[in-house]
Amino acid sequence: MATTDDVKKLAALARITVPEEKLAKFAEEFEAILGYVSKLDELVVPQATPLLPYTNVFRADENPHEIGKYTEKLTEQFPAREGDLLSVKQILIHD
Amino acid sequence: MAISTDKLNTLTIAEAARALRARECTVPELFEACASASLAQNTELNAFRELFSDATTDALIAAAQKQIDDAIAGGPTALEALPLMCGIPVATKDNILIDGRIAGASAKMLENYKATYDSTVAAKLRAQGAIFIGRTNMDEFALGGSTENSAYGVTKNPHDTGRVAGGTSGGSAAAVAANLTIAALGTDTGGSVRNPSSYCGVVGLKPTYGAVSRSGLIAAASSFDQAGPITKTVADAKILFNAIKGHDPLDSTTIPADFTYPVADAIQSQKKTLKIGVPRHLLEKGLDPDVAKNFEATLETLKAEGHEVIDIALPTSSYAIAAYYIINFAEVSTNLSRFDGIRYGHAARGKTLLDDYLESRTEGFGDESKRRILLGTFVLSAGYIDAYYRKALAARSQLATEYTNALAEVDVIATPTMPTPAFVIGEKSDPVSMYLEDIFTVTANLTGLPALSVPMGTVARGDKNIPAGIQFTAPKGAEDLLFTIGAAVTGETVY
Repeated sequence: MATTDDVKKLAALARITVPEEKLAKFAEEFEAILGYVSKLDELVVPQATPLLPYTNVFRADENPHEIGKYTEKLTEQFPAREGDLLSVKQILIHD
Repeated sequence: MAISTDKLNTLTIAEAARALRARECTVPELFEACASASLAQNTELNAFRELFSDATTDALIAAAQKQIDDAIAGGPTALEALPLMCGIPVATKDNILIDGRIAGASAKMLENYKATYDSTVAAKLRAQGAIFIGRTNMDEFALGGSTENSAYGVTKNPHDTGRVAGGTSGGSAAAVAANLTIAALGTDTGGSVRNPSSYCGVVGLKPTYGAVSRSGLIAAASSFDQAGPITKTVADAKILFNAIKGHDPLDSTTIPADFTYPVADAIQSQKKTLKIGVPRHLLEKGLDPDVAKNFEATLETLKAEGHEVIDIALPTSSYAIAAYYIINFAEVSTNLSRFDGIRYGHAARGKTLLDDYLESRTEGFGDESKRRILLGTFVLSAGYIDAYYRKALAARSQLATEYTNALAEVDVIATPTMPTPAFVIGEKSDPVSMYLEDIFTVTANLTGLPALSVPMGTVARGDKNIPAGIQFTAPKGAEDLLFTIGAAVTGETVY
């Protein structure tokens, strides 16, 4: 693990660009970090070790706040808007 | 008798609450003392990202003063009902949402992000009449351990400005240590309240996971995050913890009000001398000799006061940092995926929509955020998820069982909070050496147990005395045991 190509591939998956001049440093750091955390390989965990008891919690879809209560506050943060609508680039391109 | 107004910023919550009730000072005077100390020292310390000094703050101050005046006029019953936090200036970490204020997580990504609602902790403090004095500097998105990862410069340690204040709640701890505020809130994902508290010589509590609502905190790693008090005394930590804790319908991981913990409140309050477990095997390597000396001396003092100290074994702790960071990377990369430059936050614009995402994220995140996003993407990817993420979950579970078993034998577990005193700014440049500093703190987050850091004297570095902290870990819900043992270290009486 941890070649500059790996870093590039992960960055593309995570929608980030790592500049060329930093690729080698990132790869070197990943090597060290993954090398360290791989020490977990030594730990023998019994097959049947139960994981912490996480459960999904649902609530009824009810009692909404009044419509429009947060509209202005939220739309104010939009980088680009048309009225109360969020303006984004065209997604489908027809060539 | 009135207290000299230029010293009001040095008061504790308990002292200030008493002084306000006795009319020895007013809310405006108390706030002004903190605000002027902050203005005078913030250029050097960089503890605050922003001081809240405007009409909104004036209104909070006036309302708190009125609440106090009314309570005084109402007599003893009204005074008794007045919240202790009323009129008390509290600094909040930059990842805690306060309606209408910028909450930036000290990241370029959220430089201008204005909170659209109160976090539950802010709402609780607001309801009790506390005064938000400003937002404090932190490692970007709470990723780090020294506040060197802030996009806005490092916070300096008030005891030696050449050293870090710790992190990630470095600004909150420095602000309390330098008396720029009466108290502060931080958040703790892997030690982020306790680490800077230890480095700055103040008290910091990481509550039981689920004791305090996470609603309105900018998430780092959701299964670890807890907000907690950073204060001048153990008594204050208890006051502030009581002010923010409680079940919250907005956070399904908060503990229901009717939940019964194994160590009931009644048992906790009766215990005056505790059995303290020390995992000696964890102290053999990497511990600064001066910190070790203070730790042993503190244990001796506790023994002399009637507490019992015994050795315990927590073998999985040696794997705690590895398990912690794998889970942290996974959760951080997931949480930070929401920042895409579309609805809010840093929004760069390129040729295509994909470019918008790429450029917003590339420009908006600092190197440590990027590192963890990429590593999280890796440990969660098909082919690696079993070896890394799922193995880490199993280790976490085993560690939790080990701690539960140990805490059936002892009341609390003691270690130094940090293996070293605050280090010189820039000294730790590689990520692994920074991560290794978290050896004693991450276990409380992995297990969900509450942990408290209290000062245990100072160690000499050059001509400066740098604080060190001792950490106690207790069973879930047993924060009161932590306050009892913490107060034994500081020599306080906690009611």
